Amino acid sequence: MKVVKSAFKFKGGVHPDYNKGLANNKLIEALPMPSELVISMSQHLGAPAKCIVKPGDYVSRGQIIGERNGFISVCVRASASGLVKAVEKRLGPAGGKADAVILDTTASAPEGVEMLGDGPVLKPLDWENSSREELIARVEEAGICGMGGAGFPTSVKLNPPPGKRCEYLIINGAECEPYLCADHRVMVEKASRIRLGVEIMRKILGECAVRIAVESNKPDAIQALSEAFADISGNVEIVVLSVLYPQGSEKHQIFATVKRIVPEPPALPIDVGCVVENVSTAVAIADAVEKGEPLLERVTTVSGDAISEPKNILAPCGTKYSDLVQFCSGTKETPAKVISGGTMMGFAVPSLEIATTKTTSGILLLSSRRVFQYTSGPCINCGRCVRACPMCLNPADISKAVEANDISDAERAHVMTCIECGACSFSCPAYRTITQFCRRAKNSIRARIAAEKAKAAAAQNAAEKKEIQK
Amino acid sequence: MKPKDISEHYVLSSSPHTHSHASVSRIMLDVIIALLPTTAAGIYFFGMPAVWTIAVCVSTCIVVESLCRIAMRREGTVGDFSAVLTGLLLALNLPAGIPLWMAVVGSVFAITVCKQVFGGLGKNPFNPALAARAFMLISFTGPMTTWLKPFWWRTPEAVTTATPLASMKGMFVSEATAQATMKAGEAGIPGLTDLIIGNMPGCIGEVSSAALLLGGIYLLLRKVITWHIPVSFIATVWLYSFFAGGASAHIQLLTGGVMIGAFFMATDYVTSPTTSKGKLIFGTGCGLLCMLIRQFGSYPEGCSFAILIMNSVCPLINRWTQPKPFGFKK
Amino acid sequence: MITAIVCIAGIGLVASFVLAVADKYLSVQEDPRIGLVLSELPGANCGGCGFAGCDAYARALVEGTAPNGACPAGGEAVAAKIAGILGVEASATEKRVALVKCCGTRSEAIRVGDYNGICDCNVAAMTAGGDKGCVYGCLGYGACANVCPKGAISIYDGLAKVDKRLCIGCGKCVSVCPKKLIELVPSSATIHVLCNNPDKGPSVRKVCGVGCMGCHLCEKNSGGKEAGHFTFQGFLAKVNYSNPPTDEQIVAKCPAKCMSVDPLLESGH
Repeated sequence: MKVVKSAFKFKGGVHPDYNKGLANNKLIEALPMPSELVISMSQHLGAPAKCIVKPGDYVSRGQIIGERNGFISVCVRASASGLVKAVEKRLGPAGGKADAVILDTTASAPEGVEMLGDGPVLKPLDWENSSREELIARVEEAGICGMGGAGFPTSVKLNPPPGKRCEYLIINGAECEPYLCADHRVMVEKASRIRLGVEIMRKILGECAVRIAVESNKPDAIQALSEAFADISGNVEIVVLSVLYPQGSEKHQIFATVKRIVPEPPALPIDVGCVVENVSTAVAIADAVEKGEPLLERVTTVSGDAISEPKNILAPCGTKYSDLVQFCSGTKETPAKVISGGTMMGFAVPSLEIATTKTTSGILLLSSRRVFQYTSGPCINCGRCVRACPMCLNPADISKAVEANDISDAERAHVMTCIECGACSFSCPAYRTITQFCRRAKNSIRARIAAEKAKAAAAQNAAEKKEIQK
Repeated sequence: MKPKDISEHYVLSSSPHTHSHASVSRIMLDVIIALLPTTAAGIYFFGMPAVWTIAVCVSTCIVVESLCRIAMRREGTVGDFSAVLTGLLLALNLPAGIPLWMAVVGSVFAITVCKQVFGGLGKNPFNPALAARAFMLISFTGPMTTWLKPFWWRTPEAVTTATPLASMKGMFVSEATAQATMKAGEAGIPGLTDLIIGNMPGCIGEVSSAALLLGGIYLLLRKVITWHIPVSFIATVWLYSFFAGGASAHIQLLTGGVMIGAFFMATDYVTSPTTSKGKLIFGTGCGLLCMLIRQFGSYPEGCSFAILIMNSVCPLINRWTQPKPFGFKK
Repeated sequence: MITAIVCIAGIGLVASFVLAVADKYLSVQEDPRIGLVLSELPGANCGGCGFAGCDAYARALVEGTAPNGACPAGGEAVAAKIAGILGVEASATEKRVALVKCCGTRSEAIRVGDYNGICDCNVAAMTAGGDKGCVYGCLGYGACANVCPKGAISIYDGLAKVDKRLCIGCGKCVSVCPKKLIELVPSSATIHVLCNNPDKGPSVRKVCGVGCMGCHLCEKNSGGKEAGHFTFQGFLAKVNYSNPPTDEQIVAKCPAKCMSVDPLLESGH
C-alpha cells in the first residue's frame, strides 16, 4: 500500500467556496430516533420499490416494506419499528413525488403481533468463506445503493456483465461538493470499516487493483486511511487528488486516478475496466456482510450559514429535515434557501418536511446573503463556461440554442453528455442559468426519445395484429 | 375561504446554488482600469484636447445607451459599464485634435448602429468602438488623419504631423527605397525610447506601448483575458515584418494600433472566438491582415480593419473549433 | 449603346429559351387539386391535423389517406369547401378549443417557494415540482403561451388563459404542459370545472382556495347521477363533454367556486 499523488488533471473544473470548515471537524453524532419517519420508495436510481405494507400495519426494524421492482432497483427496509400511519405520495428531495411510508416510531405493537427482535436483521456472513453469489445477494437484500448521490444499485454495479472484467476498483472519497463532509468524517472515523468493505468488494469483483481517491484538502482522512490500509495485501494505492470540482464525478475520477477515459455514451466505467464506489457504500457493504445490518441509516452533514451548530449526523433514512435541523439547535437566522445535497449539484427544496434518503449526503440552510439570483441575461461570449466545462462541451452555445428553443441544435452540441455539474453557471459572469438550460434540453430530448419509442412500439404492435388477422 | 399562506418561503432554483462572483460589470470595470495608464499617457502627451475627446465620447455613449434602452422599452444596461468602455475605447482610438462634434457622431454610431440595433451587449457582430472608428475614418478622413504632435503646445508653429507608420509606408517597396525613405523619414520615426513611452504622434490611446502593456498584464493577471489572442497577434506581426522586410519589426509593433488592438480590441469577448484554438486562429488572422493592409493597402494603418474583418469570420472560427467532448473519439 | 441593348436582349432571349425548355421537360407532375386544397386551408401550419403542415395535409387529402375535416383551425367551412374540390363527404367535426383546467390565481392558490430560474413551466416543474402548493395546478410560466401558433394564450395573475376566439384547437399546448391540465373541449360547451386536483377536500383546501373538493353538488344540481353531466376522478368533478350540462345556475351553487361559465372568452387582459 502506498500513497501517491495524482499526476493526471482533466480539462476544465472550477474552485467553488468550499466552506468545509463549518463541519469537517465535528464528530459523527447519532440522532435519537425521531417520532415520525417518512420512508420513500424512491431512494435510488431506477424503478421505485413496490410498497408492500398498508396503513395500520406494524413493522419491525429492518423489515422489507418496499420490494425490488425491476433490474435497476433496490428494496426498501423499515428504518425503525413502528406503526404505518399512512402510505401516500410525498415530495422527494429531487422534486418528484413518490410513494412514501409514514411511520410512527413511538407506537409499540400490541399483543399477538409478531416483531423481530433487536438483534441483527440478517444473518452475519463469514465473508472470507462465502461465495461471490452469496455476497452479491447480501448486498442486494441489504438494499444498498450508491451513497454518493446518484444512488445506482450497488449489487448491479458489483456484478459486471459477462465478458467484462473489473481491473480497478476505485473508492470515491473525493467529496468535492462544497459544505459536505459526511464522507470525510466516515473516512476519518470508520477507516477500518472502509477497508473491510473494500476487501469484500475485491472478493466479489475478483482480484483487482484498488485505488482510493481522496482530495488533498482532507489530510486527516488520508492519514486515517493509510493507517487502516497499512498491511493490506495486493495492489492498493491511496491517490491524492488536487482540489478541483468535480473530482468526484465518476468519469473524471477514473481519469485522475488511472488515466483511463470512459468513451462516449452509452459506454460505462466497466467498459474501461473500472468500478467506482463511494466510501460510505463500502462501509454499508461491510456492515451488511459482517454484522448483518442492512442499509437503514447514513451520515448526513447538516451545515450552512443559517444553522446554529453544523453537525455530521448518523440518522435513519426517512428522517425529516426539520428533525435534523432541530438536533443542530435550530437556525440562527432565517434561512432563505434549503438545499438537499451540496451547493453545486444539490436540489433546492420548498420545505423542511422532506425526508432524507439513502443518498442524502447533506442538508444546507443558507441565509439570503448566500443566495445568488441567477438571471437569463445576454451571453457576452467570454468563454469562461467553455474553459470550466469538465466534459469539454460548449455550454454557451448550448444555452443560446435552448434559449432560442432550438433543442436539436443543442443536441448536435452533445448536450446529452452534460453531467449537470454546474461549473458553467458557476463561472458565468452574466449569471446565466446555463445548467438549467442544459437540463431543459436533456429533458425534452429524453421526452422525445420516449415518445418515438412508444410510437415505434405501437406501430409494431399494430403490424403484428394485422399479421395475426391475416 | 383562503388557505393560510405559509410564513417562510424558500428560494427554489436549479443547481448550482453558488457562484464564482465574476460579473459583467466587474469585467468591464477591470478593462477600464487596465486602460487608465494609456489614458493618462494620452492626456500627458496631448493635453486638454485629449481630455475633451475622452469626456465627450464616454458621456455621449452613456446617454445614447440609456436613450436606446428606453426607446426599446428594455431594462437599462448602463450599470454594466459596457457603454463607458465603448466610449473610452473609441476616444483612445481618435486623434486628439478631432472636432468634438465628430466624436459625438462616432459615439452615437458606435452605440446605436454597432450595438443596440443588434440587441445590445452580447449580440453585436463587430466591436462597436472599432466599427465606429472605421466609420469615422471613411467619413472624416481629413480630421481622422491629422495628428497632433506630442507636447504640441511647446511648438506652436507646427502643430500637426504624420505618424511614423505613414513615414514608413514606402519602406516595403524595395531595400533601396527603404534605405532612402529611412533617411528621409528619420525625422518622422522617433527613437526606441520614444516609441515605447509613446512620445510620437498618433491616436490618444495608441501611442504609449508601455502603458498598454501594463494594462494588458493587469488583464492577464485578473484572468479577464487569456494569452492566446495577444500573443498570436503580436507574434504574427513580428514574424511577418521580420520576413517581409521593410521597417524593423519593433517599429511595426510599437506604432499604430497593434498593442491596443492585441490587448483590448481583438480580445473583446463578444466578437472573438470562445475556444483557445479559435483564439489562436483569430489572433493570427488579425496580425496577418493587419500587416497585409500595412504593406499593400492604401491606408497606412490596417489594425482596426484587420480586427473588423476577423470579427466577421468569428462565427465561422467558432464553428470550426468546437471542443471535442471528454471521452469522444471524434 | 446599341451593343448594350443587343447584349441584354440576347441574354434575355437565351435565358427564356432555357427556361421554356426546362419547364417542358423537367417539370414535376403534380395533382392540380393539391394547390386548390392548399389554398383553402388556413396556412397556419399548426399541425393540429396530425400532419407536418398544411401542405402535407393537402397531399394526404388528395391521395385519400386523410379524412376531410381533420383541420381544427378551418373547421366546417373549410371542410365543406374541400369537399367541393375533391367531391368527398366532409366528416362532421365540431370545433374544439383549449381549456386550462385551473383557476388558482396568485391570490387564491398558495406558492411554497420563490422560483428563480428560466421562465418555462417544464423547467420550473423540474425544480422541486414547481413553486405552486398544488402540484396539479397551473404554474403560470407560459410554456403553453410560447408554443401557441396563434398567440391565443396569455398569462394573467399566474394563470394561463385561452382566448377562445383565437384558439384553433391544434393541441400543442396540451402536449407541452408539464401538469397535463389543458384539455381540448367543444367550443359550444359553456360550463366547465376549472380544477385538476383529484385529492381529498381538506388537502386541496390546504393549498388552494378555489379547488374542487369532489362534493358532487354540481351533479346533484344538474339532475343527479342519472343525468350523466359529470364524471368523477378521485375527488375531482369533470364535465362530460359528450353530454354537457346546460343549466348555468349550477355554477353559482358550486361551494368551491371552481366552476365557470365560458371562461374561454376572457382574453386575459
